[in-house]
Amino acid sequence: MALPLLIGVGCRTDMHVQPRYRPMQPSHVFDDGRSARPLIEGTVARGHLRVDELLYTGKVNGKDSEVFPFPITQEILERGQQRFNIYCVPCHDRTGSGNGIIPQRGFRHPPSYHIDRLRQAPVGHFFDVMTNGFGAMYSFASRVSPRDRWAIAAYIRALQLSQQAGLNDVPPAEQHKLLSEGK
Amino acid sequence: MAQIFHRSTNVLSRLSIFGFVFILAGIVWIAYIVNRSPYITEVGMAQVQPVPFSHKHHVSGLGLDCRFCHTSVETSAFAGMPPTETCMTCHSQIWSDSPMLEPVRESYRSNQSIEWNRVYQLPGYVYFDHSIHINKGIGCSTCHGRVDQMPLMWRASPMQMEWCLNCHRNVEQYVRPRAAVYQMDYQPPKDQVALGEKLVKEYKVQKLTDCYTCHR
Repeated sequence: MALPLLIGVGCRTDMHVQPRYRPMQPSHVFDDGRSARPLIEGTVARGHLRVDELLYTGKVNGKDSEVFPFPITQEILERGQQRFNIYCVPCHDRTGSGNGIIPQRGFRHPPSYHIDRLRQAPVGHFFDVMTNGFGAMYSFASRVSPRDRWAIAAYIRALQLSQQAGLNDVPPAEQHKLLSEGK
Repeated sequence: MAQIFHRSTNVLSRLSIFGFVFILAGIVWIAYIVNRSPYITEVGMAQVQPVPFSHKHHVSGLGLDCRFCHTSVETSAFAGMPPTETCMTCHSQIWSDSPMLEPVRESYRSNQSIEWNRVYQLPGYVYFDHSIHINKGIGCSTCHGRVDQMPLMWRASPMQMEWCLNCHRNVEQYVRPRAAVYQMDYQPPKDQVALGEKLVKEYKVQKLTDCYTCHR
């Protein structure tokens, strides 16, 4: 009887519960109860000053940019597709026509990417909307990194092309496949 | 002098000397069982939360990707708990007057955090990193179970060292293609070990079983 009792008394949890904060653990030190502290306004981590206006704001001299800040490769398009499918599809749906599941459940319908206004819109516009939100859409800046936002913008361009593509846009070697499937 | 104990008690004392080993073994066995039971591991015990958030509804009902909310799981040790802003991305318009969601709206108005109750909590002496597991092809559901079928969250794995080591030693039995990491209903193929051995080579998965891998 005494032995297990002694062993039990010997147990301590100092190592188990260590005096340090894990992510998002509450804190009694700060008034708002958070151990994760917000950055003081204007804080810039070394090497992270956002001087590239185009890359971080999607604008050139205050106007939505017509060009991407870096070359768009197949790899970046695929990254854009993957990010689009995570963050945008719930509302904009996989083709970008704006009939995702969230609007079906009562959220305001976003415009289709395939209307003339958005097909003419400079690519920087899409970056700006993702960064700052637009209408009912919240900002995704804290969820999607700037490079990923550009990759998504590139993929939106690809979606827009895909909905306007004609038979002549398909490589000749593939055309007969489509034709035979259509029969 | 009269005998205090009757003759028959001799049998009892002999029995208890003989049975001591069994009694001890019984205590150890009970401790073993209890230590692996949900009393200790909390496996399968739903956690009460300030808002009864349903992964079942959001994941299998709406088809949201894990990363829509847990944004840092690919790049950081911590998978990331969504800020209230993420909830409000949809709930600014959907169920926007539901009393169940009042704590969310209150948090958004007042900029005070919602205090969720942790489901998984590792001891302070264990280092764990989500991103490396994700990037080496370990699926969410391997540890967290069928989250898409949990109305409230509960632990799907005991999170004991034996359990960690089982996978670290036999990783080819658990690794899956990177494209399927977030797929909730992923079923390992029949030739899992063959696939696993191929993926282990392809993803350069190491079998890290040194103490300092986690206890650092």
